[in-house]
Parts: sequence; C-alpha cells; structure tokens
Amino acid sequence: MTDATADRPVVHLSGLDKSFPTKGGGETAALQGIDLDVQTGEFISLIGPSGCGKSTLLRIVGDLIEPTAGSVEVNGKSARQARVDRDYGIVFQAPVLFDWRSVEANVRLPLEISGVTGAERDKRIDEMLDLVELSGFRDHYPHQLSGGMQQRVAIARALALQPALLLMDEPFGALDEMTRERLNAEVLRIWRATGKTVIFVTHSIPEAVFLSTRAVVMSPRPGRISHVVDVDLPQPRSEDSRETDRYYELVTEVREALRGRTPDADKPDTDTPGTDEPASPSQERARAEGSFG
Amino acid sequence: MTAGTAAAKRQPGWLARLGPRAGKILPPLVVFVVLVLLWEILGKAGSIPRPLSTPTSMADALVEHADVLLRSAWATLIEALGGLLIGTALGLIMAFAAARFIVARDILLPLAIGAAAIPLVALAPIFNNWFGIANPLSKMAMSAVLVFFPIFISATRGLVEVSPSALELMRSYAVSDTEVLRRVRVPNMLPFFFTALKVSTTLAFIGAIVAEYFGGTSEVIGRVVLTAMFAGNFGLGWAGILLGALAAIVAYLVVSAVERRAIPWYISLRDGDI
Amino acid sequence: MNDERAPESTPGAESAAHSPEPYESASDLLVHQAEERADPLTDPEAGEIALDVGDTADDVAIHTSRGAEAVVGRWQTPWGRFARTALALGAFFIIAGLIWETLKWFGGTPWRFENILGTGIDYFHDPPFRVLQFSDRQLPHIWDILYELVEPFQRGSDETLLQFLLGAALFTARQAFIGFTLGALIGIGIASIFVHSLRSERAFMPYVVASQTIPIVALAPVIALAVGLGPVAVVIVATYLTFFPVTISQLRGLRSPDPRAMELMRSYGASRWDIYRKLRFPASVPFLFTALKVAATWAIIGAIIGEGPGGVGEGLGKAIISFSQQYITGPEKLWATILIASLVGIVAFLAVRAAEVLVLRNRPGANP
Repeated sequence: MTDATADRPVVHLSGLDKSFPTKGGGETAALQGIDLDVQTGEFISLIGPSGCGKSTLLRIVGDLIEPTAGSVEVNGKSARQARVDRDYGIVFQAPVLFDWRSVEANVRLPLEISGVTGAERDKRIDEMLDLVELSGFRDHYPHQLSGGMQQRVAIARALALQPALLLMDEPFGALDEMTRERLNAEVLRIWRATGKTVIFVTHSIPEAVFLSTRAVVMSPRPGRISHVVDVDLPQPRSEDSRETDRYYELVTEVREALRGRTPDADKPDTDTPGTDEPASPSQERARAEGSFG
Repeated sequence: MTAGTAAAKRQPGWLARLGPRAGKILPPLVVFVVLVLLWEILGKAGSIPRPLSTPTSMADALVEHADVLLRSAWATLIEALGGLLIGTALGLIMAFAAARFIVARDILLPLAIGAAAIPLVALAPIFNNWFGIANPLSKMAMSAVLVFFPIFISATRGLVEVSPSALELMRSYAVSDTEVLRRVRVPNMLPFFFTALKVSTTLAFIGAIVAEYFGGTSEVIGRVVLTAMFAGNFGLGWAGILLGALAAIVAYLVVSAVERRAIPWYISLRDGDI
Repeated sequence: MNDERAPESTPGAESAAHSPEPYESASDLLVHQAEERADPLTDPEAGEIALDVGDTADDVAIHTSRGAEAVVGRWQTPWGRFARTALALGAFFIIAGLIWETLKWFGGTPWRFENILGTGIDYFHDPPFRVLQFSDRQLPHIWDILYELVEPFQRGSDETLLQFLLGAALFTARQAFIGFTLGALIGIGIASIFVHSLRSERAFMPYVVASQTIPIVALAPVIALAVGLGPVAVVIVATYLTFFPVTISQLRGLRSPDPRAMELMRSYGASRWDIYRKLRFPASVPFLFTALKVAATWAIIGAIIGEGPGGVGEGLGKAIISFSQQYITGPEKLWATILIASLVGIVAFLAVRAAEVLVLRNRPGANP
C-alpha cells in the first residue's frame, strides 16, 4: 500500500534518544539512536520484549513524551504541532472509554473537541460506527460491552477526525487469541478501506507479521532498532495468509531477530542454548503461533 | 455445606417465585410488621421500659398534636436542608480550588483530615451563641459544618483521581485544562459526590437536631422530643422521632432520585444491570 | 461479530501472563495480585507517564491514586505513613490556629497588648472590619483559651481547668471505647451473617440503613430515659453510631476477594468457615480499619451526645452544657472544652491508625 509518489515520510525520526531519571538518582536509557522513516500508507509494527522502549517510542511520535535528544517530524511538522493539529489518532492497550458516555457519545468526543457540529458530525459518527460494525450498539454504555467491542469503539473514536496517522499501543494485548485474530483482520480491513498510515506496537510475533508491511524489531537496554523485516506477504491478506510458507519464514526471521540473531549482526545479544541449528519450516510451523516473552 | 456446592445456585424458593420485586420488598416488610407487633405487645404488657412507649400511643399523639408536630418537622427540615445546601456549595467550591491549586490542596486536606477526627457537634453551642439561639441559621451552621467535609473530600478525590490513560488521551487531543475539567474530571467526580451527598443528608439532620438540643425555639423536632420525653409524654416524644426520621428518609430518597437522573450510567454499573 | 461479555477478556484487567506460582494460601494470592505492578526502576515504560516532562503534583497524585498521600508526602514505609497522618493532624491545628487569628486580625476586637511576656514590647492593632462572630467575646484569642486551661476551673477549687477537662475526657473516652468495641463487634457480626445469608441481608439491610437515616440524636433522650441517666445510655448511643459504618464496610470487605481466590479455596476443599477465616476475613481487614477510623470519631460523638441532653455523669458532654451556660461570663472555658474534645477525637483516630499501620504493615497499598 505504499504510495510511491509520496515526497516525504509521514514520520521521520533521527538520532532519537530518551532517558528517564531513576529513583537512585541515576538515569536509564529507554531509547538510543533511533532512526526511522514511515512512508504514507505503510503499516509499521514495533515489536520487542518488555523494556525495549516501543511504547515510549510511540508516545514520542504522539508528543506525549519529549525526547532527550534527536528530531521528530510528523506530517512535515514538529511532533508538538502535529498533536495540536490533531494529525493522529491513538488507541491504547485499555480502551479508555468514558463510563459516562454511550458508545455514540464516546465516538463523538473528538468531534466535539474539534468543533465539528450538526449533520457533518452525525454523518461522521455513523460512518465510524459502521466501519467497526457496532452501529447496533450506539446507545450502549461501555460497561455493557465486551473487551473486544470496547476496543473497536476506541478505534472508531481514534479515526473520527480522519487523521493521517494512527498510533496503536498493544491494543489487543489483554484479549484472548481468537478475539485478537478477529480484530487483526478488522484492523487490516479498516486500513485498506481508509488508507491510513499505522504504527502498531505489539509483543506478538504472529500479529506483527500478519498486520504490517514492515516489522521493526527492537532490543532493550538501551532500546534500539535491531532489525527491520520487510513483510512482503501479498495483499489483501486473510486468515489463509497465516498458513503460507512465506508467513512462517517471516515469523522465523522476526523471532530470530528478537533473539539477536539477525542476518547482519556480528554476534547474538542473547545466548539461547540448544538452538544452534535453524529449524525447518515445518518445525517452525509448530512453534509459530506462540508469542515472544 | 460441602465445598463443591458452596457456589452452586440454590433452587429458587417460594419467595423468589413471587417475582423479583416481591422478593425484595417482602422480607423487610415482614420484619417490619413483626417488629411493630412485638413493640405493641411488649409495650402494653410493660415488659419494656416505659419511655419506649407503644405504637398506639405514638399514633394517638400524632393525631392529637398533628399541627405542632408538622410545624416542627418542617422547621427542622428547613434547617437541615439549609445546612445541606450551604455545606455542599462550600464543599464543591473548595474542591474545585483544591483540584486546581496545589497550595489550596496542601492547606485544605490536612484541615479536612483533622476535622474528620474531631467531634464537630461540640461546636453546636458556639453556633447558638454566634447566630442566636432562636435563629435557624445557628442550626444550619452546625449542619453545614458536618456536611462540608465529606463533600469536600469526595469531590476533591473525584476531580483529582482520574485515570492517567484518560489524561493521556486528552493530551493527544491538545485541549486546555478547562476542557479536561469539563469533559473528564467533573463527570468522574459525580459518583463520588453523590455518595457523599447521601451520607451528608443524614449528617445534616443530625447537625440540626443536636444543635436544637443545645437550645432553640420550641417548635423544632429536637426540642419537641426533648421536652415531651422529660415531661413523661412518651407517645408525643416518639411521634416527634418518627416525623424527624421520616423527614430524613424523604430527603435521602429525593437525593437518590436526583442521583438516578444525573448519573444513570453509574447506577446501572453499580447495581449490576446487564 | 457479537462477542460475549467475558470478564476475563476485559482490557485493562491486568491479567497476569506470568507462570503460575505455588501460593501458600489464598491471602498470598491476594497479596501477589496487589504487587503485580510494574516497577519504574526496571521497566522504563512503566514509569513513563509519571516521569514525563512537565510533571506536576497532579500527575503524581493521580499515580499514587490517593491525592492526600501524594500531597502530604511520599513516605511509604508503614511508620512513615503513620508519621504522615500525625503530621497532617499537627498541620491541622497550626493551620486552624493561623486562620483563627487571621480572622480576628481582620475583623475582631482591637488588639491591645502591652509588655508582651515581659519583653517590653507593645502591640496595638485596629482591625479594618468588625464582625461580631470574631470578637473576643465570641472567638477568644488562642492564648486566652490556653491561659484559661491553667487557671482553676471554678472558684475555690484547686483543680485547674485542664485537669478537670482531662478527667471529663477520660470519663467520656471510657464510655466511647466500650461503645466502640461493642459497635465494632456487632457490625462485624451482622456483616458476617449477611455475607453468608442473602435472605437475611435482604430482610434486615433496609433497617440497618434506616437506622442511620434516623438521626440517632433524636433517640438519645429516649434511651437516656429508658435505661436511666447513666453510663449505660451513653454506651448505647456510642454503639449505635459505631455499628453502621462497620457493618457496611465489613460487608464490602468480606465480599471483596477476587473470585479466583474463592475458586482456589474451593479447589482445596475448604468449608465455608475455612473460607471465612482464611480468605474473607483477612481480605476484609483494610475495609474494617477504614470503618473503624470513622467509627472512633462517631463513638466519641455518640458518647458526648449520650451525656448531653441529660447532662449525664462527669464527661465532656456535661462540661459542654455547663460551660455553654456560662458563656456570657467566659467563653474561653467552652472553647477549651472543645479543644480537649478535639484532642480526644484525634488521639482516638491516631490510635486506630497506629493499629492499622501495625496490622497492615506487610500489605502494599494500604489506606493513607
């Protein structure tokens, strides 16, 4: 889905560093030397173990955290300006819906804030609810919905202002596998229908490979990009895509990268005993559905 | 009861089969009737102390002194409601100040914590002196002081204790603090506020009546009960207590009804609808 | 796409993806669940929000989830928490005192002090406003009140006011304590019955609630007359005011355990009594203490009111009544009594708080 004529990347990160002060008075480096360009229409996943800084990175793009060093450009502007202009929508791991608003009112929130009123507003809300297939639940309250449904409302809300960029921070992390796979398909469908650029944080290898056009593998302490996998599975993807050989190869590549065994690394970051020989695709198939960590 | 069946559903008894409403209302109703009958029987028989009177003599007194009783109940009601209003208004104003200004919070919270530990009703004679014993304002002041603290503490908590993710979401929308207040903090505060308001309704009546004990006009519930009891007119005393209780219960129910309209989403969440 | 509403898959329910550990008891399970919070030291992402640029006490307050705790200080050890409460109460007196004198400075009787404490310094001040309630008659200077405490409390007596009031305080405290204990036991008992028998709860809970909607104070004279003007009446009123918060809180506490902890117990073949003793009751202790802190104050109020109307005994209630009658000649005595009554309330509160800190010292995240 990459637009070959795009003249500038939607997100441009250069030399990004982020450290946090710790209780003892020292500092811990959450991110170091991050360089990344995200082109229009790409679906980027950030994958890595706990502590690799992927959520931090996402929040820096959203100007919810300031970097210690380096530059961030979103949509050709500073991250701050992009936030002020509401150029992105964000979905968190928890749906963060307002208990006191119905589904419809929750989706309406960003439109109210941006001063969109009247027929235009109602139309937009209807479109969003149709998009996530929850039109029948518009008058329900969050506590009356399941976790998966609440997240779909959160996605509808994130898209309400039709932003160029969609940031998602492990949105399906707390859901069961079946629901997660279903929602993965949903997200892909929405992505194809709207042409948004998506940055998606996850710790699930299958999810990263199934969803993204590029999987950015990160390693912790300090957080760095260790490898980028071009996920060249054909579009449109479906549940069948999860059973092709190429899919398993890509999953293996991502898993190996997470272990520190990248094609261009000198030596692995971590020493994993008993796995010196690469397994055959059929052996990998048996392990492919597990998530890392 | 063996372990395995501890969570097993009991077969619905005859009570439940009468319908959901009956199941809720019938048991307390039965208890009520039984208690009243017991009271009457034991009272007539002299098995309980005389001051505890009987339902029938209470009913007699109600009829005989209806006018005085109703006027007194009304006067006490006004005192309690006045105090409730003043205390709630002040509590809310201070809560917003405390939520907005750290300095205000640093000053007010220790005050609130300390005040919660002291017997505020000891101030009743002071208020009587300040505003005049016959002035309803002296009773309202006592009520207001009792009401202020739960309202202030709950409202402040509600305004401040917002989920960090919700605040992050609002930051992603780049809105002003006032918007955040309006759209997130205030709705968040409402359940806390209403819980405190219901408690405060009772406190307001307690404040009014205690202040009346320390002195007041003769036509207020507190004094009616006091003088009746000490004159040996126990039926009248109980009639006064009954009216005072009714006034408080009515106020409580009104607040509950307002709560239902103001935060229907919370009611359904709390009571487990769906 | 109709997902069934399944509590297990609600996002935000920090479902432990950890490998299961053997727990010694269900209480262990509860403690572990409370501890499943990421430590900002080892997981930078967990600390992100709290350490954001532009951090304010607001953010910290939100993250500790208890505004009061964050504002007053971050001492997290059990005794640190207690010290914080004590300091807050100390701050209360200081702040109240400052506000008091400030009000008098702006609207009280003119201040005329010559040769303060023998230093030869004079201080004269004419307040810009005149508010009747702030005059020396209605709101005596703090030092006048304190001075009154060391004077004989009535003519021809050796006893200072302070001694007298302390005696009265002890009297009241004794009744209050008995009432408090009784009320607590009754409250725990009722809650324990309700948690095991839904039918009893349905039948009697409305009365429990109604008992508090009825201003007990209306009943105080009745009780005093019924059982005689004596300590028994006082104890009854104190008990009455105590049992309600304890019942409500304890019921919530007994019902608070995670359903998974309940399942664990049943998997051990535990009886209802076992479950109560090893799971429900330990889980309810924090709730119980919340109620006891409230109850301590109300027991004292109950004791004072119980003495009040009849002027029973030699407690604070009686003192308040007598001194309020003498108000015209000297308001200081009444205020001094109120001060002592406040101290009693605070001591009672601190005592419960100390017990709470002690009993709950090994549990994370106990009440502020």
